Amino acid sequence: MRHIISILMENESGALSRVAGLFSARGYNIESLTVAPTDDPTLSRMTLVTRGSDEIIEQITKQLNKLIDVVKLMDLTEYAHIEREMMLVKIKVANSAAKDDVMRLTDIFRGRIIDVSIDSYVIELTGDSAKLDAFLGMASPFEVLEVVRSGVMGIARGDIALKM
Amino acid sequence: MEMTGAEIFVRCLQEEGVDLIFGYPGGAVLHIYDALYKQDKVNHILVRHEQAAVHAAEGYAKSTQRPGVALVTSGPGATNAITGIADAYMDSVPLVVFTGQVPTSLIGNDAFQEVDTVGITRPCVKHNFLVKDVRDLAMTIKKAFYIATTGRPGPVVVDIPKDVTAARCVFDYPKSIKIRSYNPTVKGHTGQIRKAVELILQARQPVIYSGGGVILANASKSLTEFARLLGAPVTNTLMGLGAYPASDQQFVGMLGMHGTYEANMAMHHADVLIAIGARFDDRVTGNVDKFCPTARIVHVDVDPASISKNVKVDIPIVGGVDHVLKAMIKELEHAKAKPDQEALKAWWAQINEWRAMDCLKYDRNSELIKPQYVLETLWRETQGDAFVTSDVGQHQMWAAQFYRFDKPNRWINSGGLGTMGFGLPAAMGVQLAHPGETVVCVTGESSIQMCIQELSTCLQYGLPIKVITLNNRFMGMVRQWQEFFYQGRYSMSYMDALPDFQMLAEAYGHVGMRIEKPADVEGAIKEALAMKDRLVFMNFLTDQTENVYPMVPAGAGQNEMILL
Repeated sequence: MRHIISILMENESGALSRVAGLFSARGYNIESLTVAPTDDPTLSRMTLVTRGSDEIIEQITKQLNKLIDVVKLMDLTEYAHIEREMMLVKIKVANSAAKDDVMRLTDIFRGRIIDVSIDSYVIELTGDSAKLDAFLGMASPFEVLEVVRSGVMGIARGDIALKM
Repeated sequence: MEMTGAEIFVRCLQEEGVDLIFGYPGGAVLHIYDALYKQDKVNHILVRHEQAAVHAAEGYAKSTQRPGVALVTSGPGATNAITGIADAYMDSVPLVVFTGQVPTSLIGNDAFQEVDTVGITRPCVKHNFLVKDVRDLAMTIKKAFYIATTGRPGPVVVDIPKDVTAARCVFDYPKSIKIRSYNPTVKGHTGQIRKAVELILQARQPVIYSGGGVILANASKSLTEFARLLGAPVTNTLMGLGAYPASDQQFVGMLGMHGTYEANMAMHHADVLIAIGARFDDRVTGNVDKFCPTARIVHVDVDPASISKNVKVDIPIVGGVDHVLKAMIKELEHAKAKPDQEALKAWWAQINEWRAMDCLKYDRNSELIKPQYVLETLWRETQGDAFVTSDVGQHQMWAAQFYRFDKPNRWINSGGLGTMGFGLPAAMGVQLAHPGETVVCVTGESSIQMCIQELSTCLQYGLPIKVITLNNRFMGMVRQWQEFFYQGRYSMSYMDALPDFQMLAEAYGHVGMRIEKPADVEGAIKEALAMKDRLVFMNFLTDQTENVYPMVPAGAGQNEMILL
């Protein structure tokens, strides 16, 4: 099963490599990983997407908790939650028909065109990973020049919050 | 008062009550060595290789329950220390290892003797630090000792750049410390403890399986009391030997790959397994799919990540082993139900039948020296009360089987990492911590050569260690596996061109002995033990073909042992 794990950790050098190192050392897989400081500058928030059986996910959360730099963590998948990922896609639009089609597609997916050149668009798109995948599927008739994805972040719905 | 980083370093050690450190100087730690020179509270033991500094610190820690401290320089000093650090990590030994680092201005420049110590050690430490500012030094050292010694203990590395040891600031050692992201659980969950005791009281065939965690938590007394209340058989892991007195009737010996038949069979047939401070290591469980098929399992451990890692358990209890054992004892004493005496009687009758197999038997009439006989004799001649360190291999297993430890902290070996070369330096740490006590290093002719340079350290500090080398001219355990599983193709397992150990010991300034006949074993050991102030290197030429029995082959269940 796919799990989204949110981690609050000390904003210290090396904290990220402790997490990354743990995953490679123990053979767990990471699908995506994002990290940035929070409103409290001493803390970073990391969002990690991984896959595994219940036993493996239990081990992953235990091993993460064991890291001294990890303050708190939460498996978002256990709660009602919102998942978002941002994507920037550069698509070649050689003629006006292609330009129209890509604009329409972008509208349908509620994306935005944020850069235009003579024969390419850069599209910004936000959503859960499945939506971004779907967009790329629909864009396949066009020449996709570049895809940049932020990796998943997430937050629990309602009053539940991962904080100090 | 303002001090240099080096002076602060020394003061911190004094504040932590550290009286002994093991190390080796070098460029990056020269300021620190200068500060050590100017004081006399922290004694420094000069080893001959940094790996030995860490093993010696481990021996010190394992035999005293106090943190061991090592100090090495940057670059090769740090990389040489890695084996010891990894060893301490696997066996949860509380250590603080200080490594010198190139000046902060040079970090990342591929400077002379630079390595990314924090990066290299990250996967084999409980935690590590790079101190970039002298104002953080005292607090970091405080944190290092706190982390190393609490919860599940382990090694902590503190990497200190040279300029930090020269920079000055006011020294202020924090009295206490709190780390918001680190709060080890001490007390077990009362509900879980109650559930566990209920289950235990229903058991008809209980087994207590206890590990090194009991020793680390100083919980031998509580374990013994708990076991006596239940009347259940107790088996110890390799790391747990001595946690329960081996001479006690309820002790069924070590379990696992080279454990006793009765211990492994009892595990296999148990209906309730009480695992205490043990981690279901693969050398214990054998094939996990065949492990304890009929048992419901209670697992007490201070480290939640150890629980249900290899084997799914029914009642997990996270907490300090001693706290939980005491709580379980209280619960047992107040419980209305009592262990089923009839069932226990039948259980013991079965166990005694397994015991009667005498799985540790060996040929006592051999004309060659049997290694088991040497260890039995050693046990008898030291009244089972020596500190015994060991290296890794057959001799280690025989020591574990035949030296019956009645007390904790007496058996010092490399269990998790299996580090050949551990025994002699570890014995140095033990002997320095226990001056007047008998300290024996049980080793083989292959293992001893991995850290043999420490014979020089032993002379410098007058350490009267008794080195028992079971010399079968083979890497015995490798040879045994090649005999069993590779049709006797002894690939690279013969130690050719061995030195004359007797002469080698003498060259290092010690007493050397060569023993070739069974009839000479007892006399030689007596003679060596009587030399209270000398290191005696005893080279026993043993039967080359002797194997360690019994054995659970890889992939087999605990009930599928090879017996002699």
